[in-house]
Parts: sequence; structure tokens; C-alpha cells
Amino acid sequence: MIIGIIVGVIVLLLALWFFFSYNGLVRTRNRIDNAWSQIDVQLRRRYDLIPNLVETVKGYAAHERETLEAVTQARANAINAQGPAAQGQAENVLSGALKSLFAVSEAYPDLKANQNFLNLQEELTSTEDRVAYARQFYNDSVLNYNNKIQSLPTNILAGMFNFEKREYFEAEPEATGPVKVQF
Amino acid sequence: MYEQISKNKRKTFLILASFVALVAVVAIAFNFLLGFGIVGVVIAVVIAAGMAFFSYFYSDRVALAASRAKPADPTEYQRYHNLVEGLCIAAGLPKPRLYIVDDPAPNAFATGRNPKHAAVAVTTGLLDIMNRVELEGVLAHELSHVKNYDMLVGTVAVTAVGAIALLADLGLRFLWFGGGRDDDDNRGGAGAILGILALVLLVLAPLIAQVMQFAMSRKRELLADASGVQLTRYPPGLISALEKLKGDQAVVHHATRATAQLWIESPLDREPATEGEKKRTWLNRAFDTHPPLDERIRILKEM
Repeated sequence: MIIGIIVGVIVLLLALWFFFSYNGLVRTRNRIDNAWSQIDVQLRRRYDLIPNLVETVKGYAAHERETLEAVTQARANAINAQGPAAQGQAENVLSGALKSLFAVSEAYPDLKANQNFLNLQEELTSTEDRVAYARQFYNDSVLNYNNKIQSLPTNILAGMFNFEKREYFEAEPEATGPVKVQF
Repeated sequence: MYEQISKNKRKTFLILASFVALVAVVAIAFNFLLGFGIVGVVIAVVIAAGMAFFSYFYSDRVALAASRAKPADPTEYQRYHNLVEGLCIAAGLPKPRLYIVDDPAPNAFATGRNPKHAAVAVTTGLLDIMNRVELEGVLAHELSHVKNYDMLVGTVAVTAVGAIALLADLGLRFLWFGGGRDDDDNRGGAGAILGILALVLLVLAPLIAQVMQFAMSRKRELLADASGVQLTRYPPGLISALEKLKGDQAVVHHATRATAQLWIESPLDREPATEGEKKRTWLNRAFDTHPPLDERIRILKEM
């Protein structure tokens, strides 16, 4: 009788562990997918802010046409880029173009005093931060998930149900080099 | 960074375990001296828990009202809102309600029973003094308090302290008024010694519990520093902010003892450790809710 109860308790504990671990793995994996789409959301937000910025600058610095066109073109390329590698590269070009634009606007005191311009500058800076944080959160989620599927005893479950290791988001090689600012 | 976080979490766990042990020991002492049994303990814990959890649920409203905080307008405080939104993405937290306290002293606090019901407040003084990365460091520290459920941890600690204080108080009162065991078995040498030990314990326990609570508050502050840096991945931001706070001796006007541990820097008047020859003794420092700024800066620099 006692043996029966002990076996019953052990089976119950095993079942509980099974349920909690499996659900934990599912939740962690879904968080990765969510984090990935978050990156996209922040990138879109950045694309949406740029036309407004270009219009504001045009109002004060119309003869900086080349810089303005570079930004618009870079933005279009980034929106149309396919796949993470191409997108990463296009993003870098866009960042460079924006840096040039802000550098150029230093020469126009009226523009710098314009409240709209200042707000847009602040918004763009924080959006770039957000993209970085979204990527960081994605990598943190991947780390958490990979740890779980590789640690005992959860790795047994992971093997049984095909929970696979996920890849980190890596910065493009160009991103770690110096950024060209062209006047 | 990760070592700091696990170290602080381990210490918190140890302190919480000691709390439980202390409550148990006090209960035994109580029982030994008075023979009331488990009923007395249960009543004390229930009362303390009731008071603590009531305050826990309304903690955010109380803290905000006590400091005269007002909601921060998104257009007026664009940078403040933007920084918090970015950090929430990094932490995977929902965005808390943001408040502003009109006070020239630089300080900030976070409150709320869980991330969904959280609130963060900063003083106008803080916004004036800090630049972007420093402000971000401070906000990351505050959000870490929310993420680590520090309100909950603090409430559990306060409950334990309350229960211990109640038991000790009741125990001593009943003894004074002539209560006590009529058990013949415990007459004699051993019984008397244990009785004295139990008495000493009842007197000292509330003090010990308070010291433990302050020790835990300090550990949670260090944990919030480390977690904050894990969010920004940029220790110099918070280091620079703490160094600016060190230089500023102004004290927040509407802070109280009760809300002291929520602020990033202790809002109460204290003797600064570096002033003149006066060194602060261990006993003095045991009652601080925050670790000294120098220690926090040193730990951050080692990351």
C-alpha cells in the first residue's frame, strides 16, 4: 500500500515537472519570435519619422539637396531590402546618411532653433536606441532559451520535442568599422 | 555583471531565510515562556501580514501622494518618456506610469506591486542635473526595482519584522503581568537558563529583525544597480550619475522614513561619511537603507 502511494507521488511529481518545463520552453521560444518582430516595429517607426525630418530641413537648408536626397534614397533602399543581411547593410547606409544630415544642419542656426527639428532629432535618437534595445532583448531571449534547452534535465525534453538552438543577431561587419560622414 | 546579480540574489535569499528562522525561533521562545502554543504565532503573523499586504496593494498611491508627484506630460517630458520606453523594450517590461516631483534635489523612485501596476517618479532637480546617459542609468536602476519585484520582497521583510515585533511585544507584556507556564517539568536550572535566553531573545529580536531588513534593503539596491547596468550595458552612465549625486547634498523635501528605501539615493538627512574626522561606526551604518555611494561606484567600476 505504502509502495503504491510513494510510486503515485513520484509519478505525479514527474508529470508536474514535465508540464512546467515543456510550457516554459514553449513560452521562451515564443518570446524570441516576439522579440524579433519587435525589432521590425522599431525599424518601421524610424522609417516613418524620416520624411518629416527631410521636409523640415528642406525648409531651412534647401541647397543641401544632395544630403537630403541621400537620406531619402537610403530610406527607400532600407524599406525594400530583403533578408537580414541586406537589411542590416541598408540600415547602416541609412544611419550614415542621417549622421551627415545632422552634421550639415549644424551650419544653420535657424534650423537648430526650430522646435520641430529638435523634437524630430530627439525622436530619431531614441528610435535608434529602441532598435538597439530591441536587438539586445532578442539576443537576451535567445541566450535564455539556449541555456534552457542545453541544461540538464530540460535538455531531455528539448531533444524529445525538437526544440532547436536559435541564432543570435549579429552586427554586420561594416557596422563595427568607422562611419563615414560626408559634407 | 552577472556575478553581481547572482551574488545579490543569493544574499537576499539568505536574509529571507534568516527572517523565517528568526520568526520561528521567536515563536518557540514565546511558546516556551508562555505556553500559548501555535495560536499566538498564527495571530501575530496574520495581523502583520494583513497590515503589510494592505499597504503593499496601495503602495504606489501612498508613495506618490506622500512625495506630491504629478503625472509627467509626454510632450513636455519627451526625453524622460523616450528613455523609459527604450529601457522597457530592453527589459521586456510594460511601460510604467511616469511621474514628476517638483523638487530641486536630484532623486528618483519606483513603486508598485508588480510590473503591470508600476510607477516611476523623478524630481525636476534630477532632470536638470543629469545628461542623457546618466538619466538613462538612473531610470534603468529604477526599472530594475520594478523588474526584481523589490516592493514584494520589501513587503515580505516588513511582514516578518512586524510579526517578530508583535510576538516579542506580546510575549514581554504577558510575562510582566504574571503569565507563564505552570509546568513542573521545567523547574530547575536548565529551565531557568532557557527562560532567560528566551527573554533576551524576545527583547533583542525586533532590533535584530530591523537590522536584517536594512541589510536586505542595501542588497536590493546593489542588485538594482547591477540589473540596471545589464539593461543599458553601459556602467559609465550610472557611475557618472552617482558621482553627480555624491556632489549634491540637497535633500528632498517631501520624503519620509517610510518611503526612504524606494529612492535611488537616501532622501533623509545623514552625516556624510567624508565630512571631517567623524567616521560612521558599523552600528550607525547598519541602519542605512542604501549602501554608501562610494561603495556603489566602486562595485560598478569593477564591472
